[in-house]
Amino acid sequence: MSQDLLYALAIFALAILVGFEVISKVPATLHTPLMSGANSIHGIVMVGAMLIAATADSPLSYVLAFVAMVFGAANVVGGYVVTDRMLQMFKRRPTAPKADEVGGAPAGSPATTPPSGS
Amino acid sequence: MSQEWIYSIVFAAWLLGAAAFVIGLHRMNSPATARDGNRLSALGMTIAVLTTLAYLITREGGLSVAALAIILVGFIIGGGAGLYMARTVQMTAMPQLVSLFNAVGGGAAALVAIDDYLRVVGTVEETISTALFVVLGVVIGCVTFSGSLVASGKLQGLISGKPIIVPGGRIVTGGLALVALIGFVALVLGAGGALTLETTVKTVVLFVIIAAALTFGVTMVLPIGGADMPVVISLLNSFTGTAAAMAGFVISNPVLIIAGALVGASGGILTKLMADAMNRSITNIIAGGFGGGEGLVAAAGPGGDVREIGVDDAAIQLAYASSVIVVPGYGLAVAQAQHAVRELAELLESRGVDVKYAIHPVAGRMPGHMNVLLAEANVPYPQLREMDDINPEFERADVALVVGANDVTNPAARRPGTPVSGMPILDVDHAKSVIVIKRSMATGYAGIDNELYVNPKTGMLFADAKQGLADLVAAVKAL
Repeated sequence: MSQDLLYALAIFALAILVGFEVISKVPATLHTPLMSGANSIHGIVMVGAMLIAATADSPLSYVLAFVAMVFGAANVVGGYVVTDRMLQMFKRRPTAPKADEVGGAPAGSPATTPPSGS
Repeated sequence: MSQEWIYSIVFAAWLLGAAAFVIGLHRMNSPATARDGNRLSALGMTIAVLTTLAYLITREGGLSVAALAIILVGFIIGGGAGLYMARTVQMTAMPQLVSLFNAVGGGAAALVAIDDYLRVVGTVEETISTALFVVLGVVIGCVTFSGSLVASGKLQGLISGKPIIVPGGRIVTGGLALVALIGFVALVLGAGGALTLETTVKTVVLFVIIAAALTFGVTMVLPIGGADMPVVISLLNSFTGTAAAMAGFVISNPVLIIAGALVGASGGILTKLMADAMNRSITNIIAGGFGGGEGLVAAAGPGGDVREIGVDDAAIQLAYASSVIVVPGYGLAVAQAQHAVRELAELLESRGVDVKYAIHPVAGRMPGHMNVLLAEANVPYPQLREMDDINPEFERADVALVVGANDVTNPAARRPGTPVSGMPILDVDHAKSVIVIKRSMATGYAGIDNELYVNPKTGMLFADAKQGLADLVAAVKAL
C-alpha cells in the first residue's frame, strides 16, 4: 500500500473517533436537527463533483459530473437551510404574545450562508 | 507561486473546513448554540467549496469553459431546488425531505466513484485500492440513493407505509447482495492482475454492480414498516457519510474523507440510540419488522374494562389540576395537532396550571422530531422534558394527558415476555389520573394492547388528536 493511502486511512480512522465523541453528547432534543446537520455535511461530496468536472473529457463524464454537481448542491444548500429553519424555532419563550398564532413556519426564514459557487 | 504551494494552501483550507464541521457539530449539543454550530458548519462548507473552485481555476491547465459551466449551472440548479424545497416544506414533512437530501448525497458520491473508475480503468492508475474504494463507494452510494427515495416515498404516502412483503423477497435481496459481492471481487482481482479482464468487461461488471445495488436499496426498505422509518433514515444517513468518505479515498481528497467519516460515525450513533430506545436491534428492523406502522390493525379489545371520559369531564380535570404533564406521540404528529396542544397548554397555564411536556426519545418520526414540531408551535423548550428527567415527576402530577402516544406508555414494558419488554417507557401510570386522547383502541406498531388503557385511573377520550384538543380548549374556555 502506498504511503498516501496509509495516511488517508489514518485520517479516516481518527475522524470516525472524533465523530463518535462529538455526537454522543448531543441530547435527544436536538437529534432531528443533528441528523439534518450531519446530512448537510456529507454534501461535501459536491467538492468531489467539482474535481471530477475539472477532469471530465468525454460526453459521459460531463453528464456524470453534472448530475453529481446538481445532487451535491441540492444536498448542501437544502440541508443547511432546512437545519437552520428547524433550529430557529428553538427559543426560550415565544417573543410575540399569543396574538400572532400562525399556522405554519415563519415566512421569512433568515438568510443562511449557503456556499455560493461563484 | 508554485503549484506545490498553491496545493498546500488549498489543503490547509480544506482542513479548516473540516475543523468547522467538527466544531459546528459539537456546538449542536445545546439548543442555545445549535444554530451557530450549524452556521459554522455551513461556513466550513463555503470555505471548502470556494477554495476548491479557486484551486481548479488557478492550477496548471486551468478550468475549461465546459467544466466551469457544469460546476456553476449544476450548482444553481441543484442549490436552487434544494433552497426552494427547504424553505417551503411543512415542518411535519421534514423527515421525508431530509431523506430526499440524503438520497441525492448518496447518489452524488456514487457518481463521483463511477466517473473515477471509468477514467482509470485499463490504465496504470487502476490499482487494487482504487477498485476497492470505487466499488464500496458505488455500492453504498447506490443503496442509499434508492433506499432513501423509498423511505421518503413511504413517509410522504406515495408508497404504502405498511411493510411490503413479496414472497421470496428475501431470496431476491440476498441474491442481489451476492451479485454485488461477486462483481466486487472480480473488479478487485481484475485490478490486481490476478484475473485478466477486458476493460469493456470490467465496465459491464461495474454497471451490473450499480443495478444490483440500486435494486437492493429498494428491496431492503420496502418490507420495513413506516414506524421504523426513523431508524432507517438515520442508518442511510450514516451510509451516505461512509459513501462520501469512500469517494474521498477514490479521488484522494482529505476533506471528503474527514467529513464522510464524521457523518458515518454520527449516523451510526444516532441509529443505535434510536434502535435502543425502541428496544429493537438494527438487524431486526432491517430484516423486516413485525409491525405495520401507520396502517394500524385493530386488535381485539384488551382484557379489563375501558373507562370512557367525556370532553367536559376531561376539561374539568385539566382546568382544576395544579400540575399537568402532556405526553405527545406519533399520533399527534400525524394529526398535525401541535398547535392545538400548545393552545390548550397556554390556556391551562393562564389558569395557573403547571404544564410540562414529556418527550420520549423516539416520539414522532425521527429522534427529537417531536421537539421540533412543538418548537414550531412556539412551545418554549424548557417545558419540553426528556424521559429520564420527567419520569420521577409523574407521581406528583394530577393529570397526565396522553395525545397519540401508545407503546411508549405501556406498563407491560416493565415485565419480561412482551414485544415491548425492556423498552424504556414514560411512567404515565404513576400520575394521579390519566386522560388518553385516541381515535380507537387500535394497537401501536408493537401490535399489543396497552395496559395503561384499562387502568382504573385512565379515562379514554375517543377523538382525533386535533379535534379532541380543540374540543378540550372550547370546554375549558366555557368553564
